[in-house]
Amino acid sequence: MAAIELQEIQNYACRGINLEIPSGELLVLLGPNGAGKTTLLNVIAGLTEYEGSVLFDGISIDKLAPQKRKIGYLFQDLVLFPHLDVASNIAYSLKAQGWPKEKVQARVEELLELMKIKHLASRYPRHLSGGEKQRVALARALAPSPQILLLDEPLSSLDLQTSKYLRVELKQLQRKLGITTLYVTHELAEAEEMADRIAVIQEGRIEQVGRPEEIFFYPANEKVASFIGAPNILQCEQTRSLDQGLAEVNCGGMNIILPYDGRPIQRIALFPRDIYLSPLKPPGPEINRFKGIISEINMFPEGVRLSVKVKDNQLLAEMPYQVFEDLGLRKGQEVFLILKLRRIKVYPGESR
Amino acid sequence: MKRLRRLKPGWGILPVVIFLAIWEIVARLNLIPGQIFFPPFSAVMQEFYRLVANGVLPSNFLSSLVRVLIGFCAGSLAGLLIGTLMGWRNLLNKAFSPLISLLYPIPALGWLPLLMLWIGINELLPIAIIFICSFFPICYNTATGIRSVDENFVQAARTLGASDLRVLLTIVFPLALPTIFTGLRLEAGMAWRVIIAAEMVAIPTGIGALLMRAESLIRVDIIIVCLMLLSLMTFSFERAFIYLENKLTHQWS
Repeated sequence: MAAIELQEIQNYACRGINLEIPSGELLVLLGPNGAGKTTLLNVIAGLTEYEGSVLFDGISIDKLAPQKRKIGYLFQDLVLFPHLDVASNIAYSLKAQGWPKEKVQARVEELLELMKIKHLASRYPRHLSGGEKQRVALARALAPSPQILLLDEPLSSLDLQTSKYLRVELKQLQRKLGITTLYVTHELAEAEEMADRIAVIQEGRIEQVGRPEEIFFYPANEKVASFIGAPNILQCEQTRSLDQGLAEVNCGGMNIILPYDGRPIQRIALFPRDIYLSPLKPPGPEINRFKGIISEINMFPEGVRLSVKVKDNQLLAEMPYQVFEDLGLRKGQEVFLILKLRRIKVYPGESR
Repeated sequence: MKRLRRLKPGWGILPVVIFLAIWEIVARLNLIPGQIFFPPFSAVMQEFYRLVANGVLPSNFLSSLVRVLIGFCAGSLAGLLIGTLMGWRNLLNKAFSPLISLLYPIPALGWLPLLMLWIGINELLPIAIIFICSFFPICYNTATGIRSVDENFVQAARTLGASDLRVLLTIVFPLALPTIFTGLRLEAGMAWRVIIAAEMVAIPTGIGALLMRAESLIRVDIIIVCLMLLSLMTFSFERAFIYLENKLTHQWS
């Protein structure tokens, strides 16, 4: 499979992008809408003008027309050909390359099998559900055994359940085929689950490239931190193992209980939306519950962010505006916090 | 409502039968005072039979039919070809479209005097009129249909390794078919309307000419026979294209 290298890609949406994707890697391109994610895929596929250079395995392909680049491209809206049935959609690229009939048929069978859509072979796209369309589009993109796979928000049009299921399958498939993959999404959770590495892109620039946990625990700058949801990052010491796969750590005076896999815990991250605030003492056991003072209140379009001082830590909590109104919170007020146990992210191993 | 829906499709003919019955009664009983040019339906049918038997109707009908078929086929093929090129290549669109925009609004019959002088009164004249009548709208519809195919389909086909020509033939043209068929269908009916007018004015054979002769002989029954035949032909031509369109596109559009 081919390694991809982008050198100083410039056009109306990209502002000098450099990126290397080793052969067989799944790199997630993560960024908000309008960041230039799709444009970058189009650059690689040769569908849009650009300056700079795209290399596959060290060889420049800038002069190659899209049909010669040997790329599998899953478009955001899939663009299945409505006038062809599923089998013909999948066979399209093979026929375009002039494969003999029997070989086309065999390959189509193979893909129908691989994507588990044999029963759909003679259906037309308008008679398919969202998830089925997705599978067909993927089968079509994979048909000519491309060296590189570009996936543009492949799961965004699906309901949550189907999307979660397909995510796992997609990842397994990518591993199995070992195909170099560029996966575009604006969903943090999706990126984290799929990625070997994540490249955070904003306003046409790559802000950070790294493993998911590097992005979460060491956001390279304010922009990245804010895009991934401004996680609270706490330094921890004294990991004490408890039963049931849990451990207790001490982070700046707070004793926090969290999931534990045996490796020492150096840093934890907790997103503002995963911290609950209440002016009254909540019922239940005293686990991951703390008392703090509200030191700052900021309004954002997506909700209200409150800075709360707990022991030695400043924690950021987020809530919808309506909830904030109902609770009637004020600056300087004493509040109770609950940290959602399963949402605490753990950065294992040596800190850097 | 429910009962109506359960009726078989053949029952659509019922209103027509009722209409014919009323016509027959009104004409036979002379219910329209002072109207002497109003034969009953049965008399019209008798005349129809007579015209078929003595060969007048078939020969005139055949002349009109041949003109329509040749003119329409040639006009729509040319329209499809030029329209496809215009839709596919922006440069060609820029070159042709001002010309076509200027010529398209001229009513087909407006060309008649000019063509009478250029071509003369012969079989080529009605064919040329039908050609013009079909060419412009079909060219225009084809170009529009092709240009309105979503660019994403073209890009998808490209990334799947299809050459330009292949994209045009396997993706763009099929996807433009619904729009193209709208043009074909309308023009198939229009061709009959235009040929009759042309024959009435300039050409001594065909259904239109027969109509005019019947008028000068005050043969209302013949006029009605011709009109009924025309209605039938226009209707079946349009139907034929609806059928063809369904056959080609109903599975996906």
